Amino acid sequence: MTAKLVLLCCAAALAAAPVAADTLAKVKEAGAITLGIRESSYPLSYLDEKQQPVGYHVEVCQRVVEAVRRQLGQPGLKVQFQPVTSQNRIPLVTNGTVDLECGSTTNNEARLKQVAFAPTTYVTYVRMAVKRASGITGLAQLHGKPVATTTGTTSVQLMRAHEKAKGVDFKEVYGKDHADSFLMLETDRAVAFVMDDNLLLGLIMTSKNPADYQVVGETLSVEPIALMLRRDDPAFKALVDDTVKGLMKSGELEKLYARWFMAPIPPRGANMNYPMGEHLRQLLKAPNDLPAEAYNKR
Amino acid sequence: MSYDWNWRFLLDTVAAGEGSYLDWLLAGLGWTVALSLAAWALALALGLAVGTARTLEARWLRAPAAAWVELFRNVPLLVQFFLWFFVVPELLPRDLGLWVKQDMPAKEFVTAVLCLGFFTSARVAEQLRSGIGSLPPGQRLAALALGMRLAQAYRHVILPRALRVVLPPLTSEFMNVIKNSSVAYAIGVMELTFQARQMQEETARGLETYLAVTTLYFLCAFAANRAMAAIEARSRIPGYLG
Repeated sequence: MTAKLVLLCCAAALAAAPVAADTLAKVKEAGAITLGIRESSYPLSYLDEKQQPVGYHVEVCQRVVEAVRRQLGQPGLKVQFQPVTSQNRIPLVTNGTVDLECGSTTNNEARLKQVAFAPTTYVTYVRMAVKRASGITGLAQLHGKPVATTTGTTSVQLMRAHEKAKGVDFKEVYGKDHADSFLMLETDRAVAFVMDDNLLLGLIMTSKNPADYQVVGETLSVEPIALMLRRDDPAFKALVDDTVKGLMKSGELEKLYARWFMAPIPPRGANMNYPMGEHLRQLLKAPNDLPAEAYNKR
Repeated sequence: MSYDWNWRFLLDTVAAGEGSYLDWLLAGLGWTVALSLAAWALALALGLAVGTARTLEARWLRAPAAAWVELFRNVPLLVQFFLWFFVVPELLPRDLGLWVKQDMPAKEFVTAVLCLGFFTSARVAEQLRSGIGSLPPGQRLAALALGMRLAQAYRHVILPRALRVVLPPLTSEFMNVIKNSSVAYAIGVMELTFQARQMQEETARGLETYLAVTTLYFLCAFAANRAMAAIEARSRIPGYLG
């Protein structure tokens, strides 16, 4: 009886032990690697008209997969896609469901306590989308006006911090996802929508009348976006880092950027026409995986 | 599962710098309770009227009451929230619509109370109707035979008895209002679920956040359950119901 109990406790303790952070061994054993993807993070990671994951970060991830295949000597390694949301992406990476997240995740200090990030491959500027006809060009014009943002995003805290610092008073309204927040702008519930520039451009691109909207105003925050992986897994991290840095060095990443930001893309063949920002240009020359806090010293 | 539990983050100062995450949770709890109670009061008032109307003989009262119930019972709650929030203001005259969308005080909260109150009133009405239907028809006839007018019969005989019959299902309904209020995050009411989404984004502590929120919802629903049980015990008439 006691022996049984001890065994049971051991089993429980084992079950609760951390997933061994050796992604390469896990992938090798499973014969498959699982990539976390987003459904509508234009143009980094989203579903095309055939519901297939595509985007700038999905392509970067596919280069990593090729490197994993070479290193493990498993050319037939299977790739599985797991859709993730901003709520579940970190738990799914830490619990081993997702091996590499190819979405639009900001690298910041709070997250670094639980996960690791590849070198930054996109830098987003938090700005605002407005109706062209509104004549709004800066945050100061939003005093006392309703401003939309999406629940559970970093933009919420940025807006609150900006209000405090500048003494302006937005009337914040919150959409449950980016599509709802954009609907608020569309239906005049809000006069501006504050969010990552690439997401705003994607929403404008897929809206009914793209010409009615524009992205304007000062930058509230500069945020490094990167592929996300498990913490404390030096072998896999090195492989991902080397692959990404290799893409930067060879100029391939710049080509990928041009393909997704400066050319017609699925689902409707629209062109975001968004040239590379200064931060990312510098990063291509000297890659790093520093968190957002390093970009926004207050 | 590997997870590094950490509850101390609840006392950390929020990123924007005012108060702690615990303050956020408590503020969210406040909105959840306020929304639930306001919606429940509205649902009871409307539900009693509509449910009673459905048992009357006058067709001009019965038909609109039936339409009310079917309208609110047959559309998912989330869709109703979106209809009230996004669609209804577009149907109003332009200036009034713009006022509702931009300047109405506590616009998300007011919309949520109306929406949740109407939705729940349809369910309360149905329960009351079946409660009235479960009474022996002789009670109504006896009341009328004693010389009461129909309104008096309802006021002094039928409703007091029917309400006692439907107290247990109304208890569930009250608890449902509290749980359903979580859907209001979708239109931006800063209640518990809303705060949870924001907290887990800022702290990356999703499991702790949702466990804390789950506990708070449970406590609210349980408190509602106990309050209704107390009412049930106090209003019981010996010998009527087991």
